[in-house]
Amino acid sequence: MSNLFGLQKLGAQVYLYAPATLLPKDIEKLGAHVAKSREQAIEGADAVMGLRIQLERQNGGLFPSLSEYAKFYGVNDSLLKYAKKDAIVLHPGPVNRGVELTPQVIDGEKSLITQQVTNGVAVRMSILKLLSEYREKNL
Amino acid sequence: MKLLIKNGTLVLRDKEVKADLLADGKNIVKIAQKITAPADCTVIDASGKHVLAGFIDMHVHLREPGFEGKEDIESGSRAAVAGGVTQVCCMPNTNPVCDNAVVTTYIKHRAAEVNLCKIHPIGAITRGQNGEALSDIGKMKAAGAVAISDDGKSISNSYIMRLAMEYANDFNLKCLCHCEDANLVNGGVVNEGYNSTLTGLKGSPRAAEDIMIAREIALSESLNIPVHICHVSTYSGVEIIKSAKERGVKVTAETCPHYFILTDDIITSYDTNTKVNPPVREERDRKAIAQGLKDGTLDCIVTDHAPHSLKDKQVEYPLAAFGISGIETSFSLSYTYLVKNGIMSLSQLSQKMSLAPAQILNLEGGELKEGAVADITIVDLNKKYKIDSKNFLSKGKNTPFNGFEVYGKVEYTIVDGEIKYKA
Repeated sequence: MSNLFGLQKLGAQVYLYAPATLLPKDIEKLGAHVAKSREQAIEGADAVMGLRIQLERQNGGLFPSLSEYAKFYGVNDSLLKYAKKDAIVLHPGPVNRGVELTPQVIDGEKSLITQQVTNGVAVRMSILKLLSEYREKNL
Repeated sequence: MKLLIKNGTLVLRDKEVKADLLADGKNIVKIAQKITAPADCTVIDASGKHVLAGFIDMHVHLREPGFEGKEDIESGSRAAVAGGVTQVCCMPNTNPVCDNAVVTTYIKHRAAEVNLCKIHPIGAITRGQNGEALSDIGKMKAAGAVAISDDGKSISNSYIMRLAMEYANDFNLKCLCHCEDANLVNGGVVNEGYNSTLTGLKGSPRAAEDIMIAREIALSESLNIPVHICHVSTYSGVEIIKSAKERGVKVTAETCPHYFILTDDIITSYDTNTKVNPPVREERDRKAIAQGLKDGTLDCIVTDHAPHSLKDKQVEYPLAAFGISGIETSFSLSYTYLVKNGIMSLSQLSQKMSLAPAQILNLEGGELKEGAVADITIVDLNKKYKIDSKNFLSKGKNTPFNGFEVYGKVEYTIVDGEIKYKA
């Protein structure tokens, strides 16, 4: 959800693709586009982002198995061809290798995942600093 | 390979016409008053006979793998084409359960080897049909599954049922729901009423079925996802479905010949061939089922063909297996009790047995028209015969209809333009 808010704030159009069991209801009303296929979701994209399957949620049975998720909802090199030529690959980490993204995609030249994770630390630090300062000023 | 059917009465979607029909390869290429046989063409003279779209039975137990003593894909296919059935959807309660693509692939492979009727596997909704965790639904679809069902029982956990409907809908697969609240059935083996009291056999109330019909409809309505209700047997279930359809819920439903022909008066014989799940009920239900078919509340006729071996049935009533071997008698019984009795026209019956299942499951066929697949059944409506399960090609001889005099004998069954059965 925070990705949806943040990316839209920065001017991005966000396309989602996931099993219906994982998609929040009426998410279109928050500005997201829900794609009908992986190809449609990725078509012409500047950035392709996998989101982590929380393995602990597997117990909730939201989808049948990791291998089925990988087969029908994972991103591999041939799907990446639908994105723009200079598209980047993102993932907030930690990645379940071979589930959301194939190792080839994770380690491929389009991937900025490690940089994203590194930057994520700095971003979180600044957010915490800003929040604590805000609290101090308003006490 | 060309096939010409001459001088028959074709049963079309909304009318019957005297015409010839030419199939070339897998397709019907021409329907016209008089067609001259081209070279290298097989000709069937259908004078005095009726030509219908091949029947599609979307609720069948073929028992393979695992229960080949009861039926296998070959015997089940032979029985199907003898009943005029060109496409069969087989339920997943085999051993192993068809809850993964390996079993789905196996069934498709065996069907291709046997090469009689078309066989479409139905995948299990949950692993092992345990009602707990979703099967690999997408992979089974990729391997040829046309729907999912935990037939034989309901998924008691409504949350799992909801996940199944949502997840399967992404793969354009419908849940086919066997509706039965197991706690309420509480070991009942017949309909709860006068006859259960009379016989001392434990009864199961209509509510056990109705509660689950209502739940599946509530889920379907809330999620806006289509759902299909299996083998409706109660008048009250028909009412629930009717009112849902009236307000636009995407629900379809099926029933079987035994529910619009028989009542639970037959259980007083203690003949275990009358034991079926859901049980045959009372006259009020029987009438409502027939009326539901007529007014469109019930979309299609299936058999729930459930072949069993003698040892499964030659035991005390409560211990006997549930089920009727029905695929060979479905048309004759339906024709005799629905069309000859004046409840519906032959065209309407054809829709119930062919077009509706094709539409519900998005299958080819279901209708005679140029360009359609040449799945065709030719019947002799005037031929009267007595049902005798000794003549069944199915391994399952378990039917409560032995000795019934019926009309409408299947003469030819044609699949993909090839004759697969000749009486």
